[in-house]
Parts: sequence; structure tokens; C-alpha cells
Amino acid sequence: MEYVIEMLDIRKQFGNFVANDNITLQLRKGEVHALLGENGAGKSTLMNVLFGLYQPEAGEIRVNGKKVKISDPNVANDLGIGMVHQHFMLVENFTVTENIILGSEPTKMGIVNIKDAAKKVQVLSEKYGLNVDPYAKIEDISVGMQQRAEILKTLYRGADILIFDEPTASLTPQEITELMQIMKRLIAEGKSIIIITHKLKEIMEVSDRVTIIRKGQGIGTVTTAETNPSQLAELMVGRQVEFKTEKTEANPKEVIFQIDNLVVTDYRNIEKVKGLNLSIRSGEIVGIAGIDGNGQSELIEAITGLRKVKSGTVKLNGQDITSLKPREITESGVGHIPQDRHKHGLVLDFPIGHNIALQTYYKAPISKGGVIDYSKISELAQKIIKEYDVRSGHGESTPARALSGGNQQKAIIGREVDRNPDLLIAALPTRGLDVGAIEFIHQRLIEQRDKGKAVLLISFELDEVMNVSDRIAVIYDGQIIDTVKPNETTEQELGLLMAGQDRQSNNGQVKEGDE
Amino acid sequence: MPKKLTTILVPVISVILGLLVGAIVMLVSGYDPVEGYLALWEGIFGDVYTLGGTVRQITPYVLAGLAVAFAFRTGLFNIGVEGQLIMGWLAAAYVGYAFDLPAIIHLPLAILAAAVAGALWAFIPGLLKAKLQVHEVIVTIMMNYIALHVSNAIIKSLTDGGEKTPAIHESASLRSAFLDNLTEYSRMHYGFVIALIMVVIMWFILERTKRGFELKAVGFNQNASEYAGMNVNKNIILAMVISGAFAGLAGAMEALGTFGNVSVIGGFTGIGFDGIAVALLGANAPLGVLLGATLFGSLKFGALNMPNVGIPVEIVSIIIALVIFFVASGYIIRVFLERMSKKKEAK
Repeated sequence: MEYVIEMLDIRKQFGNFVANDNITLQLRKGEVHALLGENGAGKSTLMNVLFGLYQPEAGEIRVNGKKVKISDPNVANDLGIGMVHQHFMLVENFTVTENIILGSEPTKMGIVNIKDAAKKVQVLSEKYGLNVDPYAKIEDISVGMQQRAEILKTLYRGADILIFDEPTASLTPQEITELMQIMKRLIAEGKSIIIITHKLKEIMEVSDRVTIIRKGQGIGTVTTAETNPSQLAELMVGRQVEFKTEKTEANPKEVIFQIDNLVVTDYRNIEKVKGLNLSIRSGEIVGIAGIDGNGQSELIEAITGLRKVKSGTVKLNGQDITSLKPREITESGVGHIPQDRHKHGLVLDFPIGHNIALQTYYKAPISKGGVIDYSKISELAQKIIKEYDVRSGHGESTPARALSGGNQQKAIIGREVDRNPDLLIAALPTRGLDVGAIEFIHQRLIEQRDKGKAVLLISFELDEVMNVSDRIAVIYDGQIIDTVKPNETTEQELGLLMAGQDRQSNNGQVKEGDE
Repeated sequence: MPKKLTTILVPVISVILGLLVGAIVMLVSGYDPVEGYLALWEGIFGDVYTLGGTVRQITPYVLAGLAVAFAFRTGLFNIGVEGQLIMGWLAAAYVGYAFDLPAIIHLPLAILAAAVAGALWAFIPGLLKAKLQVHEVIVTIMMNYIALHVSNAIIKSLTDGGEKTPAIHESASLRSAFLDNLTEYSRMHYGFVIALIMVVIMWFILERTKRGFELKAVGFNQNASEYAGMNVNKNIILAMVISGAFAGLAGAMEALGTFGNVSVIGGFTGIGFDGIAVALLGANAPLGVLLGATLFGSLKFGALNMPNVGIPVEIVSIIIALVIFFVASGYIIRVFLERMSKKKEAK
């Protein structure tokens, strides 16, 4: 069997920490090879070794059977290895072509020759069915298109081996499907692909073989056709994982949260939420399914007071909380796990303990007469760190920045749930987390529901919405266009609804909540 | 290497490096560095007179340093300490001579006037930053020039075209016969007590109060602070105002202690800008600022003695600048120290 890349017994350590311990990965020509592991298992380290960003302490790398030393990314480029990063390396206000040639601009007598480059980009784009406009500005195109620009960048530089780092993390379901098509096309044209991911579904769909690593250790390589998701999950986590979140039937009571005719505009004063109606009962989880950009962010920000409401009302326990200040809304009984944990959820430079106290620092018992009793913050932090299994290097005094995404999220959830809110809003609560953490977070949401709280879950992941929710409200173009029960619908149906196709009629909104 | 140790080692090494390069400069220019540094030492610790002068020099640096450090800790870069200091100086001097009150009221009133003047001068950039997102660096730089010329104009109009205001009344003065006697009329005054109290106050605000928690949170991440229910705009303005009050107090030291009046000046005092270096030296921590100001003030004052052994003031200025340069580039030393300790660990 012909291998284009062989990484044999790679070992990489940082100080005393062994990030990669004797990991072997062999990529065959023309295959999609998945690299599977939890967050922090060492996937990125391994790929950074391959890409020349790190030098391994032991082991060897062979490209096309020849032993090589990849001392920096330029060497990797010359060997035909290209990387599509998770966080795109694109200049926002440059065009696709300008971004692609960046760093190796073709010049004619000292002047950058954009036209020829654009033509070349166009040809590549057509060859692989990428459908990218070479002259479009990055800031004007969708995330999916931006990713294609990244793919084009590697192709333009002659890559034969493409590494995709968590490529689906920020894509919509449709874009994911399209990406899978593109990958197949790339393979058909003779490229080989390594895809780094912890999403089992995608692995099953697109990959030929899977190499699993767990806590820096190479666990082994399996052929996708001979395995199944539960086996993969077990190999990855090291124990049995439940996919279908265990939950009993919901027992919803009275409506405690109600949104009527809510209109919210974005920063350009364009309406993003257009007369939205939604109600949640105590003891139920309502999931909002929808493609990113249909008003979800504006909706949450309006409910939580971070954005002005143009018209309409939001009521919790009969109290009108529309347009109150964020703190007043928090105190009225709303808990909010924000969409972007780095932007809104945490003060990254604060110790994690201070972050855990971020919603309660100002009142007794922590604050008395304007003075904070830091020992009370410690008490609270230690309690939540223990209850929510938040792992950090130096406990509560570790800077929030130093925690892994999953542990940051657990701290936020602990902070919000501990206040015992009547309504818990969870916006993309499991984004970027691995199965172990996802399982934990889903259980907490269901726990809140079983305590008789209302839970509003916003997610772009259909699996998550279908798994956790008791009722699914589909948002499209700023309105809830339909409400369905998870056990009475299919992914296909939801997908259509999310694309704006009405299930029953074509004229307007279906009144939600009436069954 | 423990973080605390690095924090202390970095400025110490910086200072030593600065002095070393300063010695080379002196050697190359044909002066004896040993003699030069001995004169420097004498100029700082020589006798009670120089000691008193050193303390007097340190006092406004402590307050200016606190002003810069406080702003830094709350996410703002206050380059306007100089202007706020000038306004504080003017206000304290005015209250000092224009009113006739018992000392128990007069002195606190004059000090308070300086703090309020500095705070108001800082309120403007704070407001512009909070409401219109105008960057505070630009506004504060411009406010420095406005302060300089406004102060000069007011002094002239108060004194019918004079160059300086009348001397403040005894009741508003920080000077005392006791200190004068003790330090052989070095102009040392009780301002150092105020400076020390402010060091404690800054620590208390930042590390113990609810307000300090909010100010720091807003400085680090406005979005998360808003999410947590803090009033972001109010906190930005307040951070600037508190910083300005410290700067105003530095002005009060000059008005009520050192000079006893305020004069028309052709250019900036430099204390406000040196405050930036002091804050850097002290890693923006209150105690650090105290140490930084001590070093800075000592060098500045002690260096005045170096021309007495024939070293020109220009060379002296270069040496002081070198020390600051090495402190400002402390990052390089930090990286170096980290590498060293890593190597040790590897062994």
C-alpha cells in the first residue's frame, strides 16, 4: 500500500507535559483520513508537527516514502502539504484572490499581477466545484465561502495533501454537506485529506479510515466501514458514551416565559427579529433550530437586555422584563449561557474564581457596603469547581484564559445554574466541545428542566436540538415559522423548515404552542 | 521560575543594566563612572538635606505613577496625567492664596480642590471615550496642551500679567518648621504622607471594593462586563476620573509643598510623563509604583549632584533615560529569564 504521509512513533513534549506519545498516522494516497480525539488530546499538536510548526522529540516523518525533516511551514508547503485552519487566516477587507496570493504575489515589473492570479483561482475553483468568485471581498462572503477560499489557497500553492482542522465547527448543516462533496471531489482529483475532528457523524460519512488519539496516546487506526459511532466514541473517550441523552418525558406546567410580537434591529438598524412569538412552560426545554443569521443572536441579546427592543414584549413569571437593564433581567430570574464564551461569558484575564462570581459579586454575602469579601468568592468558586468538575491548573486562581473550552463552559454553566434561574437560556452551549463535555452539559440542561425550570436552547446542531429539546421552534428570517415535537419530525423536515419552507401552508406564521 | 520572583528581578536587572550602559557612556565621553556614581549616591543619600530633597522629589512621582497605573489597570492609557497635574497645581495654589481659613479646613480644601480639578480634566476624555468611543490617548494628549496654556492664561489674568501667583497662606501649606529643621531646609513637606495614603487607597479600591472589581472587569472585557450587568460607560468615566484625581494630587504637592505657588511655564513639567515610566517600573501595582517612584525620584534628584564632579547634565539625562529604556524593554529581560529557567528545568 502506498502512503503519501507517514508519521511514525511521533513524540512531542512541552516541559514535562507529553502532548504526543508515540503516535503513528499513515495517510494513503487518495483517502480521507480522520484524526479523532477529544479536546486537548493532542490532535492539533500532531498536525502542527506535520506542518513544521513544532519539532518532534522522537519519531520520523516520511513523505512519499522518503524520510523528511519539516523544519518550518515553508518546507511543508514545498512538500505539498496544505492546511485549512479552523480559524481562517484571511484578511477581511481583501478579495479572495488577494488573500490567496498573499505572501507570494506574482508580479510583472514590480506590480502585482492580480488578473492572472484571479484567472488561475477561477480555473481551480471550477475544477474542484468550489464556485468562488475570485474578486469577492472576504467580509462580504459567508463563512462557508471563506473556508473555500482557504481551500483554494492551499490548492493554488500546489498542495496534494490537505489538512482540515475542525472544518465544520462554524458551518451550517447545508454548508457541511457541500464541504463533504468538495472533499470527495478533491479525492477524485487525486488529493489526499486529513480531517481533524471530534464529530463522529462526519467521520462516518466522509472518511475512509480513522486514527484515534486519547490523552496524547495513539490508540490505533480503524477502517471506517468496519466500525460504528459508539465504538469510535468509546475509543476516543475511553469509556462508554451515551449518544441519545437519557431523559424522561417532559412534564410541562404553566407558561412562565412569553415573547409577543418581538421586533429587534441589528447595529445597522435592520430588522433581524420580525414580530417573533414564543412561549415556554416551566419544566420544558424549547430548542430553537435555525441557520445562523436568522435572528437568533439578536433574539437572545434582546431577551437578556444586551440589545434594545424595538417593539413587542418579553414576560417572565408575568413580569414585563422588556428593555430592562441586563442586571434587572438577570435578577428577575434569567440565567444566560452566552453564545460566545470569550466575548460575553468570561473576563479571560480574570481568575476563573472571579469569573464564577461575575453575576453575584455585587451582593451579599460576597459584597457588603461596597467591599468584597474575597474569601466568599473563593468559597463559591470552590463549590462550583467541585460540583461542575471544572478542571484547571491551579484551581480558582487560574486565569480563565488558561482553561480548555469545555472547562470554561462548565464554569459558566455552573455560575448560571447555581443562581437557580427560572429561565435558563443556553446559546450554542456545546460549540467546539467534545462528546464527554457535551454529554455533561446536556444532562445539566435536562436537570434544570426536571427541577421545573424553563430552558431555552439555541443551537445550530440539529442533533443537539433533536436530542435535548422537548419542543423545537424553527426560526427563519426573524420569525418562528413552525413548532414541532422532536419525535414527530425528521432531520430532513427540519432542514426544509430551516430553509424557510413552510410545512403546512405558505401563508405566514403558524401559531405556535397550539396543539 | 516563580512569577513573583520574575516580577521583582526584571526591574532590578533593568536598573543594573541601565547603570552599566550609563557607565560605558561616561567612559566613552571621558568621565570617570566611579566618580560619577559616587556623586549620584551622595546626591541621594549624602546628608539629611539631600535625603529630604530626594523624598520631596519622589512624592509627586508616586502620585503621577498611581494615576497612570490606575488607568492601566482599568484598561485605559492616561497620557493626560501631565495636564491633570497642571490643573491640580493651579487649583491648589489658587485655593491656597485666595482664601483665608483655619489650617484644619484650608489645607484639606486646597488638596481636595487639586483632586477635583484633576478629576474634571480627566472626566472629559472619559466621557468622550464612553459615549463616542474617541480614543483616550488622543484626547488626553491634546488636553495636556490645553491645560498648559489655560493654566498660563489664568495665572496671567489673576495677577494682571504677572508670572506667578502670590504665595499660598501658611494655613494651606504642607511645609512645616519641624521638617525644615530636620532636613536643613530641604523643602521636604508632608506630602509624602498623602502619597503613602494614596498608595493604600489605590490598592484598596482595586483589590477590595466592588467598584474596583467592576473597573478591572470593564478594563479587560467590556462585553462580558455588560453581560454581567455592569454599567460600562459609568465605569470607564469613573476610571478616568479617579486616575485624574491622583494626578491632581500630584499637582497639589508642587503647589502646597515644593513651590508654594504656581508660575507661568513654557513647557510641561515632565512629571506626568515620567509617571508613565514609574507605572511601568512598578508593574502597575500600588506598591510597585511606590518603589518605582522612589527609584525614579532618587535618580532624578541625586543626578543633580553629578555636574559637581564635572559630568555635564546632558550625560546625566542620558543615564536616567537609559535606565528607563531598560525598564521599558523589561520584556526582553523577562523572556531571557524564562528561557534560563526553562533550561534549568530541562536539566
